[in-house]
Amino acid sequence: MIEVRGLCFAYDDVEVLHNIDLRISDGEFVAVMGENGAGKTTLIKHFNGLLKPSRGEVLIDGVSTRESTVANLSRVVGLVFQNPDHQLFSETVFEEVAFSLRNLGYPEETVRRRVRFILETLDLGGYAEESPLMLSGGERKRVALASVLVSEPKHIILDEPTIGQDYQQKERLRNFIVQMNSQGRTVVIVTHDVEFVVDCKPRVVLLSRGSILADGPYDSILSDRILVEKASLIPPQISILMSSLAGLGFNPKIIDLYQARSALEKRLCEYVSEHV
Amino acid sequence: MIEAHNLSFTYAGSKRPAILDVNLGVDKGEFVVLTGPSGCGKTTFARCLNGLIPNFYQGELSGSITIMGTDISGHTTSELSRKVGFVFQNPENQLFSLSIERDVAFGPENLGLPKEETRRRVDWAMEITGISELREAAPYELSGGQQQRAAIAAVLAMKPEIMVLDEPTSFLDPLSASQILEAVADLREEANMTIVLIEHRLDLASKYASRIVVMDQGRVVLDGPPAKVYGEEAKLIGVGIPKISMLFNLLRQDGFDMGETPVSVEEATERLRSYLKDDRG
Amino acid sequence: MSLNMFEGFKFKRKDTLLHRMDPRPKFLIALTIFLLSLIYVNVLVLLILLTVQVPLVYASKSMRRWFGSMRGGTILAAMIFFMNFLTGSTLVFSATMTLRFLVLVSAFSIFFMTTSPDDLGLALERIGLPYTLSFTFTTSVRLVPTIAIEAQTIVDAQRSRGLELDRGSVIERVRKYIPILIPLIVSAIRRSTELAEALESRGFGAVKHREPLATLRMKRSDWAAAITTTLVLVAGVYVQNTMPIPSFDTGIRIPLPWGP
Repeated sequence: MIEVRGLCFAYDDVEVLHNIDLRISDGEFVAVMGENGAGKTTLIKHFNGLLKPSRGEVLIDGVSTRESTVANLSRVVGLVFQNPDHQLFSETVFEEVAFSLRNLGYPEETVRRRVRFILETLDLGGYAEESPLMLSGGERKRVALASVLVSEPKHIILDEPTIGQDYQQKERLRNFIVQMNSQGRTVVIVTHDVEFVVDCKPRVVLLSRGSILADGPYDSILSDRILVEKASLIPPQISILMSSLAGLGFNPKIIDLYQARSALEKRLCEYVSEHV
Repeated sequence: MIEAHNLSFTYAGSKRPAILDVNLGVDKGEFVVLTGPSGCGKTTFARCLNGLIPNFYQGELSGSITIMGTDISGHTTSELSRKVGFVFQNPENQLFSLSIERDVAFGPENLGLPKEETRRRVDWAMEITGISELREAAPYELSGGQQQRAAIAAVLAMKPEIMVLDEPTSFLDPLSASQILEAVADLREEANMTIVLIEHRLDLASKYASRIVVMDQGRVVLDGPPAKVYGEEAKLIGVGIPKISMLFNLLRQDGFDMGETPVSVEEATERLRSYLKDDRG
Repeated sequence: MSLNMFEGFKFKRKDTLLHRMDPRPKFLIALTIFLLSLIYVNVLVLLILLTVQVPLVYASKSMRRWFGSMRGGTILAAMIFFMNFLTGSTLVFSATMTLRFLVLVSAFSIFFMTTSPDDLGLALERIGLPYTLSFTFTTSVRLVPTIAIEAQTIVDAQRSRGLELDRGSVIERVRKYIPILIPLIVSAIRRSTELAEALESRGFGAVKHREPLATLRMKRSDWAAAITTTLVLVAGVYVQNTMPIPSFDTGIRIPLPWGP
């Protein structure tokens, strides 16, 4: 469980997070959304103790981050940064991914087994002996992901995982995240990719200027146009369509492509049968 | 305006060509969105347009590019900068000064223009991109969206006829991204420019595009007006077309054909409204 | 702490007398303070040189960041003190050397905090440096804070993978910096490639003669500052050469077996 109580945080003298209260239960899937500079990354850096609250506290599985070290917390909280180039340094992909396990002092046998497993899962098996720096952008991103997930943290935090990723890569990423989540891991993603979130169907925490603006299921939050625009986001296309068709009797809360399809087809069938 | 003929390029040290036999013509005033999966060759193609390839990136180049009637082989990027402006992904690495105004002036200064002309161009470019009030600001004081506007203004001040933008919205949140794309569309209207935009975010970019070019594995695989391209779903593997276009493609598959695929929400709303209302009336 | 140190040398736009001053007389002030600190081996004079800077810092509204750079300098200052004192110099002489270092740090901290790298570049061009060189210089000054932030991100990313920089023997600790240094170098290379591409695309070096939009102009107050500073420097040199100034040296030193 990740528990944030009355968290305030200031860089120098400027407060960037104001009184954040948030509980994320084990196995939950949460998307933290909001405009650039809203404090999303600052918030998640508190989850593994990289930042310590100026006021309030953050508890990971009941223990305050103040009473632990980043290294210790990284066993249970895996934080993947946005830019893979900020962490790749090894000669081979295998060594890169093994790095965190070696830091945590696992025996060589376990290291080898786990690295092989995660590389296979993320479709990187063929690259084990390649240099991570020579891979393509999407592959580097997956190596960075593997290098954190290999220690099998209970809670996984991903900062902007979709930036610079094309449609196919996003689909693959989504499948992987969903799979991780269904294995019982907590997943927190920081993103402003609205359509990606609609496909993922998580709980959404909307952050704006360092405060929580809204917190709830993705469909009720992302279909609220005023709320979404307040956070410098754009509502999902399907949601805009359905709410502008509300005058014709459609449910403006529909946000999912396939729900919209069946609602529209039902109506279209009715017309066809009325007119034949 | 732009004429690429049998263009191929292989980066030095790579075995596979990054682009292969690309033939593409762009007319004056077009707004071309160039898209495709990562590694499809779209950035490589863009680099050929202002001479970054082969001047900056070494490799094996064949075929030809003609810009406004002249073959550009043998011309440096600096020379071409009067004709082809280039905006990059990361604003942080294309702003050089600590005041936006000086940054916008940097290009015209490099062209050796007299001070009065530089001043005129700076004012004009900042006006069009809507950053006139940010003259004295430093890049790090601005939001990502404002920085990218500044980068566009800086290129605009060199008065090129063609503007190439390589994923200018990657680092921006959706609202800033759509504002930047709108600013780009304004360039076409107000400065009569030809636009080549590389973009993944088709949901935001499509409504401005006069044409979509899809590349895959170094080749052009689809080319046409957005409505037509988005209708060809079978060939669009790996390209994230707007959800709204997907919806109409699904409806068509199920037997509800409502004409060509819409590319924006406004268009789709209009289509459905008239379809359902006409039926009722 | 390392970031604080940079802060004290980073330009921040403000509207104060010092910020508005032309970089040339401002550099002259910093240089004069430094030169005076070199020719006077006198603890009293050095104390004065350090204290006269305090009102300057105050007037430029940069007190907190100045303290940051001074604090950053204390480790080196302490080293200078002990290296002098433990090798047999008198207490007062060691303090004098330490003060000289602090005067230097302070003078240039004020200069860089109040001078835009853009203006500095123009000034360098004015005194005859080729444009490419002055441009390179200002770009590197501008990039320092960006790279400092990037370094912090890299440290954070590696700590999140269980790297503990502050544990282990000296050799182990040094080795732990490899995962920080390599990404930093790789990013710097990527960044410089991108910068170079953007420069090319903006017509950098297309013509020999460029006419900059912004130019430096010495205002009356700039001339006044330049002349006053020069007079102070001349007077300082004159006084040092002609008048005896009490040294205040009490002669206290550590007795070393081989004598002073």
